[in-house]
Amino acid sequence: MAAQEHMASADGPPKVSLFNDPKIRGLFYQVLLIVTVVWIGYSITMNAATNLAKQGLANGWKFLGESAGFPVTQSLIEYSAASSYQEALVVGFLNTVLVGVFGIFIATIVGFTVGIARLSKNWVVAKMATVYVEILRNIPLLLQIFFWYFAVLRALPSPKNSIEFGAGVFMNNRGLIMPKPIWEDGAGMIGIAAIIGFIFAIGFSIWAKKQQAETGKQYPSFSIGVLAFIGLPILAAAATNFPFTFDMPALKGFNFKGGMKVVPEFVALLFALSIYTASFIAEIVRAGILAVDHGQTEAANALGLQRGPILRLIIIPQAMRVIIPPLTSQYLNLFKNSTLAVAIAYPDLVSVGGTILNQTGQAIEIIGLWMAIYLTVSILTSMFMNWYNSHIAMSER
Amino acid sequence: MKRVVLPVVVGAMLGMTATAANADTLDDIKAKGHVQCGVSQGLPGFSNPDSSGNWTGLDVDVCRGVAAAVFGDPEAVKFSPLSAKERFTALSSGEVDILSRNTTWTMGRDTALGLNFAGVNYYDGQGFMVRKSLGVSSALELSGASVCTNTGTTTELNVSDYFRTNNMDLELVQFEKADEVVAAYDSGRCDVYTTDASGLYAQRLKLEDATKHVVLPEIISKEPLGPVVRQGDDNWFNIVKWVHFAMVNAEEMGITSANVEEMKGSGNPAIRRFLGVEGSFGEKLGLNNDWAANIIASVGNYAESFERNVGPATPLKIERGVNALWSAGGLQYAPPIR
Repeated sequence: MAAQEHMASADGPPKVSLFNDPKIRGLFYQVLLIVTVVWIGYSITMNAATNLAKQGLANGWKFLGESAGFPVTQSLIEYSAASSYQEALVVGFLNTVLVGVFGIFIATIVGFTVGIARLSKNWVVAKMATVYVEILRNIPLLLQIFFWYFAVLRALPSPKNSIEFGAGVFMNNRGLIMPKPIWEDGAGMIGIAAIIGFIFAIGFSIWAKKQQAETGKQYPSFSIGVLAFIGLPILAAAATNFPFTFDMPALKGFNFKGGMKVVPEFVALLFALSIYTASFIAEIVRAGILAVDHGQTEAANALGLQRGPILRLIIIPQAMRVIIPPLTSQYLNLFKNSTLAVAIAYPDLVSVGGTILNQTGQAIEIIGLWMAIYLTVSILTSMFMNWYNSHIAMSER
Repeated sequence: MKRVVLPVVVGAMLGMTATAANADTLDDIKAKGHVQCGVSQGLPGFSNPDSSGNWTGLDVDVCRGVAAAVFGDPEAVKFSPLSAKERFTALSSGEVDILSRNTTWTMGRDTALGLNFAGVNYYDGQGFMVRKSLGVSSALELSGASVCTNTGTTTELNVSDYFRTNNMDLELVQFEKADEVVAAYDSGRCDVYTTDASGLYAQRLKLEDATKHVVLPEIISKEPLGPVVRQGDDNWFNIVKWVHFAMVNAEEMGITSANVEEMKGSGNPAIRRFLGVEGSFGEKLGLNNDWAANIIASVGNYAESFERNVGPATPLKIERGVNALWSAGGLQYAPPIR
């Protein structure tokens, strides 16, 4: 060995045996790892397919077109027991998205409020926020869901003794029942007006920002935007002589008929998910704010800014850089935790899929579909949040 | 090169597990020394663990009967509580040897899932339970009602079909587990609780005040419940099938756990064949000839099992009804042993 090395070093660069070349060795192990992983994946898939065939289980996606045969309590699209499994899955998916989107919205607002409140100089407010965070984040979510569901259900009266809020709004242990607007000819104008109002609001805020940058003059762009978005549709409705009627709910037999209903399962799940996640968001927000150097506040004070604008214009924008990455995780958690819906009969994707799984026995397909959908939505969410994060990141010059 | 060996070994192991489930079930069971039995997560009268963890019930007795036939010991059985959703996967993957979990025999399940139904140990049907205070006397008065049930059963399909057929409105609230259905029904979320009638009697015991609820007379579906085995092992299928038939035949011939020893001296050739005194029927199943005698001695005949678990003397108070022997006007009928 020693003689060989000596000879190699004699002709210029030292020639090492292929086995000992770190580059080739590294490459070899990498390739080996990839081949092994691919091979394991391949053999697992083949095994599953062979075993399914052996057990006489039909596989494939044909079952999606068959009639589902079961009703769903809450559906955002037209759905009946005669619809197909595919439509049932879409209903479940939309219900999941509905609770996810509302949940993220509410959790963000509550979370930011509580997070800021924890840093308040007001002792009572700060302690209340602390109690909120410590209680809610330390109780398992499933228990909280059960608590809200069964506690709320027991407290509410039966349909016959509903709480009446007037104007056709009722609340009982079957849900919150409201009049349902029925659109007639010309109602499209209201929608168009709302879109125009929305575009105007965005345009105006861009214009106002530019004006402020150029001249320093400020406009109440937020109030004007809201006014346009709400006011224009009302004007349009008045101009077209209110082209809608209301389908009023009425007690008939066991339940209310007509109108639209928010089921208690949705309310309990939404409430539990958002206040639970909000307790984590509150801590993230608090950490983010504390991460901003106190000198920033002092500098803003020196400029004569007031507390509100300091928080809104100086502290929060800088804190966001710290807040966004962990906030993304919380959003993803909330979305995935919504699968606990199955425990309280909220017809989300997992609940509806579970029924289909049992009726058809297509376990691999349904579970694959579940995983693919949750993965896709979660990845899209985190891609958006990463984009937003890089958008607000400090641009160093 | 040590590092390369591990993934290869792991890969080889994953490859081998595929074949394990397909070996001869009876040999596997004899080798491991017990029967692995898939049961419910707790349904009084059918499969329910008591405070010390002993499983009892009509479905449990089928598994104990199989253990008695194979090992002569009704305790040589381990139980896997399964949800409705998990049960078929657990059976086809080989995790359990028998699924005895109030499972309805339907054509879809029999043909598409790679399973065989080994007889019917309880003829059930889906029913409705309501509060007495509603004053409802027939299921046809239930239009517009909120109905609670648990997911992953044929129940939601039946109730939906029934309401559609009779042009009635239905709000179906589907929970994952029976305990949550009971809690939701008890708290007034639903007017109606629907599941198999046997289940209604069993779950009624869990309500705050069982006497305030009534099971309506309509039975809207046929739910023949029975033990299930994997397709492709005919001998094992035969064993499970004949354990149930043995219990029914024993009732018909008047053989009970109390008189089984004495009956061995009987002159009746049918009884002598049944108890293994004559013939070699057990051997043809791959068992001992006293297989049936062991079942009856430890578990009892069908009537004993029924009375002990669900009959009028139990809290469930279920009458024999269609589950009586064919000779008494019921549906329980077993082919003869000869």
